[in-house]
Amino acid sequence: MSKKLITVTINGKKEERAVEPRTLLVHFLREDLNLTGAHIGCETSHCGACTVDVDGESVKACTHLAVQCDGSEVLTVEGLADKGVLHAVQEGFYKEHGLQCGFCTPGMLMRAYRFLQENSNPTEDEIRHGMSGNLCRCTGYQNIIKSVQYAAKKLQEPVTA
Amino acid sequence: MIPPRFDYHAPASVAEAITLLGQLGSDAKLLAGGHSLLPMMKLRFAEPAHLIDINKIPELRGIREDGNEIVIGAMTVENELIKSDILQAKAPLLCEAAKLIADPQVRNRGTIGGDIAHGDPGNDHPALSMALDATFVLQGPNGKRTVKADDFFLGTYMTLLEESEIMTEIRVPALAAGTGYAYEKLKRKTGDWATAGCAVVMQKTGDKVTHIRIALTNVGPTALHATDAEQVLLNKPFDEAALAAAAAAATAICDPAEDLRGDIEYKTAMAGEMVKRALRKAWARCA
Ligand SMILES: Cc1cc2nc3c(=O)[nH]c(=O)nc-3n(C[C@H](O)[C@H](O)[C@H](O)COP(=O)(O)OP(=O)(O)OC[C@H]3O[C@@H](n4cnc5c(N)ncnc54)[C@H](O)[C@@H]3O)c2cc1C
Ligand code: FES
Ligand code: FES
Repeated sequence: MSKKLITVTINGKKEERAVEPRTLLVHFLREDLNLTGAHIGCETSHCGACTVDVDGESVKACTHLAVQCDGSEVLTVEGLADKGVLHAVQEGFYKEHGLQCGFCTPGMLMRAYRFLQENSNPTEDEIRHGMSGNLCRCTGYQNIIKSVQYAAKKLQEPVTA
Repeated sequence: MIPPRFDYHAPASVAEAITLLGQLGSDAKLLAGGHSLLPMMKLRFAEPAHLIDINKIPELRGIREDGNEIVIGAMTVENELIKSDILQAKAPLLCEAAKLIADPQVRNRGTIGGDIAHGDPGNDHPALSMALDATFVLQGPNGKRTVKADDFFLGTYMTLLEESEIMTEIRVPALAAGTGYAYEKLKRKTGDWATAGCAVVMQKTGDKVTHIRIALTNVGPTALHATDAEQVLLNKPFDEAALAAAAAAATAICDPAEDLRGDIEYKTAMAGEMVKRALRKAWARCA
């Protein structure tokens, strides 16, 4: 059961680590790299609290092995803001009250981030389908939808220098 | 929940994976999307000493046409099925049904081959494969063999796959123009497995059914090919009486397991309802 050496680019930074094959990506992030944004909710791939971006796709980090990420690019909620400026989805969640306890929020943000790259101008129905792999126990979803709508709008604004 | 310890292998070709399977024998399991296998390992329902990750084998991915057949690599994920122009044109049932499987994140990882090879009666691709009259290509140390979806499933988590074999391709005959199709799936919530599901592929001439395939999800130890229900409909006018008779013939072969999704009577009744809905929709789509 030998450890494997993996190289992963996480939030733009190259990390080289030896991992046990059974280490799940979410544990690798939280325990080896101290990136505790990805949360562990259900551990059974249902709740989406552990959602991160792997090579441009939303992945549930509780059902993905760290060894499988050798050579991959991983983006976590810690990498979302740019030099202290919140990303549009983060701004949306705070402006539109898309969180209460905040437990589901990192996963929601990472899924919303990727979803808006897949569909930059979504309808409400498309947002509901696109976010359907993420559960929230607190806010009843309406404000989460509004938050994503806010971000979609903001991301479509022309960039001003 | 962390899986038990195992050694990890990541072969780059099917041949290499088959060699590894031969060397490691029953201690090894193939890792595809991992969305059935890893949860089972966390729960200690499976404790393989070796995982052979087949994600790094490019030849197992992609969708192409071969004559009148569509060839889907076993490692093709649900989201690729949904997006495929070839499937949209030649077997749109698969695009439509894949949208009903799990959720966006799971659809990024879960593969059609894993869904079939797992042998879970709750999975959707087994019944879809039966309705589409698909064949599966299994490759092992002695070469390739092809088996029909109808013959592949032996029982819950039991299939014709040998320990030394990999499913490499799912081959689906292209639907002729004007073919009607539908997948009706009753589920409790987004991302859930079916309480009961029904896949239908059909053709008509005038008011008569001239070709029909019906298969059921999660109402038996395996997906069920409802041949009696097909006989009820074949070469007869499609009307309410025929629909009711077909649903009755389909529910007669149901043998669901009671669980959180319902008891036997409820699931059987819902299978009948899904049969009716799928038949109506498929009929309306026939040209
Ligand atoms: C939250 C959630 C909801 C889900 N909902 C649904 C649903 O509604 N409908 C549905 O159908 N499924 C559903 N699934 C299951 C999902 O589709 C799985 O991904 C699928 O069952 C297995 O595919 P996989 O690629 O993940 O395979 P894995 O989990 O990697 O493998 C499953 C089994 O098949 C074997 N195997 C895999 N590929 C091959 C191959 N090419 N050749 C031989 N053996 C192979 C493995 O060794 C293993 O034993 C859900 C899963 C989750 C986590
Ligand atoms: S912790 Fe990963 S989906 Fe719930
Ligand atoms: S804000 Fe509490 S779980 Fe979503």
